[in-house]
Amino acid sequence: MPIHHPRPFMTVSAAPQPSASTEQRKRPLVVMRSVSKMFSSGTLALSGMSLTVENGEFVSLLGPSGCGKSTALRIIAGLGDVSAGSIDWPSSRINAKGLPEGDISFVFQEPTLMPWQTVFGNVHLPLKLRGISKHAARDDIIATLATVGLKDFADAYPRELSGGMRMRVSIARALITRPKLLLMDEPFAALDEITRQKLNDDVLRLWKETGITVIFVTHSVFESAYLSNRIVVMKARPGRVHADFPLVTSLERGPNYRTSEEYRATCEKVSHSLLEAIGFPQDGHGEIH
Amino acid sequence: MDAVDVPLAPKPSTFLSRNSDTLLRVFIPIGVVAVLVVIWHIGVVASGVPPYILPSPVAVAGALYKDWPTLLPALWVTAKITLASLALALVGGGGIAILLAQSKWIETAFYPITVILQVTPIVAISPLILIYAPTTQVALLICAFLVAFFPILSNMVQGLKSVDHNLLNLFDLYGASRWQTLLYLKLPSSLPYFMTGLRIGGGLALIAAVVAEFAAGSAGAGSGLAFRLLEAQFRMNIPRLFAALFLLSCLGVTIFAVTSFISWLSLHRWHESSIKREN
Repeated sequence: MPIHHPRPFMTVSAAPQPSASTEQRKRPLVVMRSVSKMFSSGTLALSGMSLTVENGEFVSLLGPSGCGKSTALRIIAGLGDVSAGSIDWPSSRINAKGLPEGDISFVFQEPTLMPWQTVFGNVHLPLKLRGISKHAARDDIIATLATVGLKDFADAYPRELSGGMRMRVSIARALITRPKLLLMDEPFAALDEITRQKLNDDVLRLWKETGITVIFVTHSVFESAYLSNRIVVMKARPGRVHADFPLVTSLERGPNYRTSEEYRATCEKVSHSLLEAIGFPQDGHGEIH
Repeated sequence: MDAVDVPLAPKPSTFLSRNSDTLLRVFIPIGVVAVLVVIWHIGVVASGVPPYILPSPVAVAGALYKDWPTLLPALWVTAKITLASLALALVGGGGIAILLAQSKWIETAFYPITVILQVTPIVAISPLILIYAPTTQVALLICAFLVAFFPILSNMVQGLKSVDHNLLNLFDLYGASRWQTLLYLKLPSSLPYFMTGLRIGGGLALIAAVVAEFAAGSAGAGSGLAFRLLEAQFRMNIPRLFAALFLLSCLGVTIFAVTSFISWLSLHRWHESSIKREN
């Protein structure tokens, strides 16, 4: 499906073509250096977390609940400051508040739509906040709605849509600003398995077609193994990186990939790492901590 | 038993079937009221109660017709005070709520004052207001305003504070200004709360307008229905008292209907409270 996009498309399989912006593209999108975050309640959510995300990556942040995945994602988005360490966005414009401007979109766990606005109005929001009128944004909004399969629902209100469709609206809203970096915080956790797989495929397709960088928070080993080309396993209390492995596959990710030996092996490897992170004994005899 | 394929079709739609629900909802209450009025009439006629104790509905209707030239201006005065005070309360309550929501400090500093104003019985303040206000009309307006103001304020403050945190995060992420966040997020999402305040405030404004006029004891040509009520009581003109009461009820019902309609109009497309459940 065609996507209106100002930047040249980057496909994953093709080698990056050298161009004037190669230098620009080589710079990582996000650099976290031993970031710690303590909430006002005294909870240490993150401790010394370092993470560098390169352009074009699909990174899954995987970990048990309460391991600070969402906190890390919010910090990457520039929502909330860090207690120690530093975070940089080397390839973004930085505004007066020291935050990246316009390059980052966020998809929350819930669709987080404005119930008083139609689908069209909800997707228009990021542009409206930049002073772009409904009229000027119309074509762009319709095209973006088409990429998530909601072209015919522009005038519907969120309450008229199913959970999966609301999530698509949320994704369309995230894509409308053509961000470099898409942050997704367990976006499909509340959906049924079938809808979830469908949306996973959609996100993969969008990633391939637009060359957008994705950081995807999940607690599902299978989801992370299916989607990403890099998995970062996190350890809880306080949150920090436990393991970080690339996921290179020559296979096309699709229904066949789910049944491949490679996928199974990846899931096993990731599961082991996750168990380690949680602190389960590997011999299978000891007590569970 | 074998499953039989029954074609599923909506029931045939006639005028009666489409509107039967609405018709029932209109006609049943009207019917009940009509029956009560008839019982009232028969009761008065049969028992021979004198009209200066309990007039029959016919006598009340007669008084309404005969005293219309006195009652109409009074109704108009009361309606004006009620509506003006409600309008002021909407602007004032909404405006101050927005101000309070701007910062925690402003709220901490000023919210208690608004509570003190509210919990002090209005009848107790009205003598003071009567002294300070230039005219009785203004005094009545201030009293009614003070009463209608608080539910609108407190509902609106609640609404402005109940904004979805993730939507706030989203607005921050897109670099929305304070003004944009207020206009596009906080105001629309507090609309249901504001509407609740409007409906409560509308009813209270009328009550306060009447009570304040009782307390003011104003008299003469420019007075409202409350004065006409007292006047009718002094003169033992009970049919007229009932007629004045009837007009006050009508005014109250109209305010309720209009505020409910405004509320429905602004919320029916998206808010759960205004959407018919389809099961």
